[in-house]
Amino acid sequence: MADMKKVATRDSYGAALAALGAEHTDLVVLDADLAGATKTGVFKKAFPDRHFDFGIAEGNMVAAAAGMAAAGLVPFASSFAMFAAGRAFEQIRNSIGYPNLNVKIGATHGGISVGEDGASHQCCEDFALMRSIPGMTVICPADDIEAKAAVKAAYEYKGPVYLRFGRLAVPVFHNEDYQFVIGKGEILREGTDVAIIANGLMTYEAIQAGEMLAEAGINACVINMPTIKPLDEELVLEAARKCGKVITCEEHSIIGGLGEAVCGLLSEKLPTPVRRIGVNDEYGHSGPAVALLKQFGLTADHIVEVAKDFCK
Amino acid sequence: MTSSEKKQLQIAACKVRMGVIESTHGAKAGHPGGSLSAAEVFTYLYFKEMNIDPANPKWEDRDRFVLSKGHTAPGLYSALAYRGYFPVEDLPTLRHIDSYLQGHPNMNTVPGVDMSTGSLGQGISAAVGMAMAAKYQGKTNRVYSLLGDGEIQEGQVWEACMAAAHYKLDNLCIIVDNNGLQIDGNVADVMSPYPIVDKLLAFGFNVHAVDGHDFDALEKAFENAKKTKGQPTAIVMSTVKGKGVSFMENDAGWHGKAPNDAEYEQAMSELKAQLAEVEGK
Repeated sequence: MADMKKVATRDSYGAALAALGAEHTDLVVLDADLAGATKTGVFKKAFPDRHFDFGIAEGNMVAAAAGMAAAGLVPFASSFAMFAAGRAFEQIRNSIGYPNLNVKIGATHGGISVGEDGASHQCCEDFALMRSIPGMTVICPADDIEAKAAVKAAYEYKGPVYLRFGRLAVPVFHNEDYQFVIGKGEILREGTDVAIIANGLMTYEAIQAGEMLAEAGINACVINMPTIKPLDEELVLEAARKCGKVITCEEHSIIGGLGEAVCGLLSEKLPTPVRRIGVNDEYGHSGPAVALLKQFGLTADHIVEVAKDFCK
Repeated sequence: MTSSEKKQLQIAACKVRMGVIESTHGAKAGHPGGSLSAAEVFTYLYFKEMNIDPANPKWEDRDRFVLSKGHTAPGLYSALAYRGYFPVEDLPTLRHIDSYLQGHPNMNTVPGVDMSTGSLGQGISAAVGMAMAAKYQGKTNRVYSLLGDGEIQEGQVWEACMAAAHYKLDNLCIIVDNNGLQIDGNVADVMSPYPIVDKLLAFGFNVHAVDGHDFDALEKAFENAKKTKGQPTAIVMSTVKGKGVSFMENDAGWHGKAPNDAEYEQAMSELKAQLAEVEGK
């Protein structure tokens, strides 16, 4: 495992945009003075005539993207998750969501793994904000291959999509032939004792936790759930029915994200005990990403601990 | 423009005003004041300036209009109805439950509305995006956006202005309806946006200050805008809020209030008299 290739999904985003841009001239990219960090700079290098920098003005960028979509283009508007989903929330809600315009929000630097920049830049609220917008699709891919596939799927899908990418390089565990479908989860490990549903960088932690739990005699079902909205309800219900216990794992606040989406579904359709692993109702802080993830319990070890307690 | 053209525009503007009164009276709500102050510019844009086809509202190469001050939807809807986008008889269904005439412009329900707006400061950004798209697509269509003088207190307006000049959007023309009033009172007292012309000049616009009720002045400014290359144009219109209805003029109270039955009768009789006067010219 230690020698697995690692790629930050923000790099996957830049590479996927550049690849898609070569095929589709209606794909345009917008950024707010972060092209180097969001990796849209890769697209800019290839297609300078359709990469538009809006300067440090996210609200204007997002609403301008709406105008471009109304004129028939497929804009990908990028910034850090904090400033895309957070600062520009109301522009996304009113100028993109309400008119159902074909804009893709490519948000990088999601979660606490932003690291040293600290709490002001560590967005753990974006799933909650974006999920609340009617008609918005919300995706958080787990690795390089899934991230690239998600960008392509978002381009092909007609309607607003929020894509969340990470700054930290994470293991690439999918095979090249992986088929990503919006709204579909993926069973990575079959099991019957507890279902672990994860997305983003927590999916790989969940895979590892599944293996560790197997050694301890707990047979976990591990599910990757890249699309938070619309949720793959069928798969969640099937896993809950089979296991009777569900653990959700996300690099996001336990309020309003994957955990609450799963709880909302299960409480109405199949009441099942759930434990939510995520960032508790608190802010992050500065530190190396890996140390922060450990400190906030976003690790395979912590999943194992919770699962063992849950399965007592 | 010829005197006959001008007369036709003046007639249309009277009708647009009547539609504003009909719709806000029918809605028992809505924003007549800023709809009436902009009646001439709505009329000029939809009856003379813009390259549009009411029979084909989604025509790809049409000029676009974004009502950034979305609350003055009654003015836009009235202009669209009289221009033939939908029946004038539907105007009184404004704001009614299940009516397609939503309280603020909805591009997915109202034929002819190019962008959904209502949250102030966002429409101009969408217009910037449309103008950038036209340039990238190699199209020659133009984009227009109408803003309120209160609206320009929104910081996003100036983000959009910066981008418009930066990207040399000479296919974009913004119009500021400087009627001097907003909900809480005089714009100068609430939060002064002045000097508006100087600010827009400093932001890199080709700026025209005109009487917004004078079709000759509007024509001159819009014609100049089309000839201006390398920079966006801003037309700052001096207007009277509530123009055309005596008791609504220059009264912030009529920003967002509908006429009752008696007020409706009075307003309509005043507008009918104005129409008869113009038609008799």
